[in-house]
Amino acid sequence: MRLLIVEDDPLLRDGLVVGLRLAGFSPEAVETCADATAALRDGKFEGMVLDLMLPDGSGLDLLASLRRLGSPLPVLVLTANDGTDQKVAGLDAGADDYLGKPFDLSELSARLRAILRRAEGRATPLIGWNGLVLDPARMDGRLGDRALRFSRHEFTILRALIERPGTILSKSDLEERLYGWQEDVESNTVEVHVHKLRNKLGAGFIETVRGVGYRLAEGIA
Amino acid sequence: MTSMRVRLFAILLLATGVVWASAVIWIHNSTRAKVERVLDARLAESARMVSSLLSDQKIEVVTAVRAVAAQTAEFPEEGGTYVHQLSCQIWGLDGRRVAGSGNAPDLPLTGTRTGFSISEVGGVSWRVFSVVNEERGVRVMVGDSIAIRDRLVRDVTTGLILPAALILPALALLIWVSLGKGMAPLAHMADALRLRSATDLGPITQLSPREIEPIRDALNSLFDRVSQARDREQAFTAYAAHELKTPLAGLKLQAQIAVAAPEASIRDRALAQILAGVDRTDRLARQLLDMAAVDAETLPTHLPPTRLSAIIDDTIADTAALWRGREIRIEVDVSTDTVVSGAHRFLLFSAIRNLLENAVNASPKGEVVTIHADMRVSEAVLAVSDRGPGIPAADRATVVERFFRSGPGSGSGLGLSIVSCAIQRIGGSLILSERPGGGEVVLLLWPECVT
Repeated sequence: MRLLIVEDDPLLRDGLVVGLRLAGFSPEAVETCADATAALRDGKFEGMVLDLMLPDGSGLDLLASLRRLGSPLPVLVLTANDGTDQKVAGLDAGADDYLGKPFDLSELSARLRAILRRAEGRATPLIGWNGLVLDPARMDGRLGDRALRFSRHEFTILRALIERPGTILSKSDLEERLYGWQEDVESNTVEVHVHKLRNKLGAGFIETVRGVGYRLAEGIA
Repeated sequence: MTSMRVRLFAILLLATGVVWASAVIWIHNSTRAKVERVLDARLAESARMVSSLLSDQKIEVVTAVRAVAAQTAEFPEEGGTYVHQLSCQIWGLDGRRVAGSGNAPDLPLTGTRTGFSISEVGGVSWRVFSVVNEERGVRVMVGDSIAIRDRLVRDVTTGLILPAALILPALALLIWVSLGKGMAPLAHMADALRLRSATDLGPITQLSPREIEPIRDALNSLFDRVSQARDREQAFTAYAAHELKTPLAGLKLQAQIAVAAPEASIRDRALAQILAGVDRTDRLARQLLDMAAVDAETLPTHLPPTRLSAIIDDTIADTAALWRGREIRIEVDVSTDTVVSGAHRFLLFSAIRNLLENAVNASPKGEVVTIHADMRVSEAVLAVSDRGPGIPAADRATVVERFFRSGPGSGSGLGLSIVSCAIQRIGGSLILSERPGGGEVVLLLWPECVT
């Protein structure tokens, strides 16, 4: 789940990126409204965490212009102004949820999962495909009546693939999900994790499309 | 006396009483003088009349005396009648008593003196007029009882005092009510003030008489200042709460990451972030305190005066951890030193320290920040120069506004407003300009106070 974080405080921004990645999201962070607008243009994010007091303007204005353009992007607003008036203003401007600072990482993750789930039109927190049921909150799953545990990286890859079953994701797409833009990744990391996933799910669950990338198999393996 | 109304009432009543008493004394004296003059004239007339009757020999001595004595004055008056009777005596020049009216004492009313005199005969005070008739060899004496004269005057005075005593309560009531009416504007203002809520700091709008206007204006100006101070404080508190919550959220998040980190590298990185975050939050807290202090109504006056160079040295020592950490060198050049008063010392210290912190934070690693101080004709000049990116020209006008932040990573938005506020309180000014060759020069100019 790719998230855009818009936060100007370096300490909090870094914490959000690292913490949300640990929670199984694929976050990227920017500092200003202008950078956020540029990053959103590609439409590759599934959700946004937005601070309200930004150096070049108010997060509410950014949110309002986003909604004017018709974007349904799930947005969670973070702010220190957690008075009722502020919450109402934020929600009315198009926010899907609201969290006052300081907050718990677990609560932020749960709320993000909830607004992303609603955006996908699912009421249940679980995601299923071909007999595999994933629980994003616990980062584990079941295949038939067998309980499965995944590492953080394995789950991130599986979550990315299961979002749009059948869609092919390249190796660099998956690396980006794992580490964001800035970090260097060892060249065979994705292969290692895919290999481990095939051991747990069965060899045919994830297909390799030669020269392009990976996707989930259509029929049951 | 706690009540103005009671006080005024007492003063007015006392003043009225004094005026009234003076009037009574004056009327009493004037009446007495008039009564004496009229009665004396009658006394003299009666004596001369007896004497002339005797001279003309138209009448016998005894008859003449009776005629005088019969001049009985009757003053009809409430509660009684004055029975005023003259006493007449005729004495031979040899001291023999020739005749006397019925009510006259046996002893002579007066001695040998002629004209008016006062004497005491038979326990009664007399006013006597005496005339000598040489032709007939007799002395005619006509006397008036002084007690009766006094009673006449006293009755006139009492006649004045009695109605006055009756009117006085009515007058007091009138004064009391008038005072209440007259002081109504004050009472209205008091009511208006009493009915205000504690949070209502709007001006008093009701029209006031000229006498109360200064009080109303003073109150309105006070309300205005209090309200401004309160607004400033509220904005400041809201800002402080907001600004402190963000780094707190960051610290909490990093701490949660450190606790939950599956790998040592992630945990160590989170802990390093926490350390840096605590330093930044510490600076923010100190700046908030500085802001409140330079903004305070009263300045610390207990500090001794000190040299400007010493203040600069203090600020450099105070920020040592910051510039050492960024490998920045500080160069100080004080051309002319000056002495700063105790009250200004704190303001200059805050201003210079914030400028120094800004300069160090803006400078690339290993650069030099210079502080230059000099004296011009009547002002001190202090310049802090750095080789940082400089403040964007468009932001120079607004950058000193409280909470303004010039782009990302530019700090709390408090530093330059602290500097600006501090230097304005000294009566000086802050000038931001581009440094030739790159960077920012910040000039502080203030009137030189002590030499």
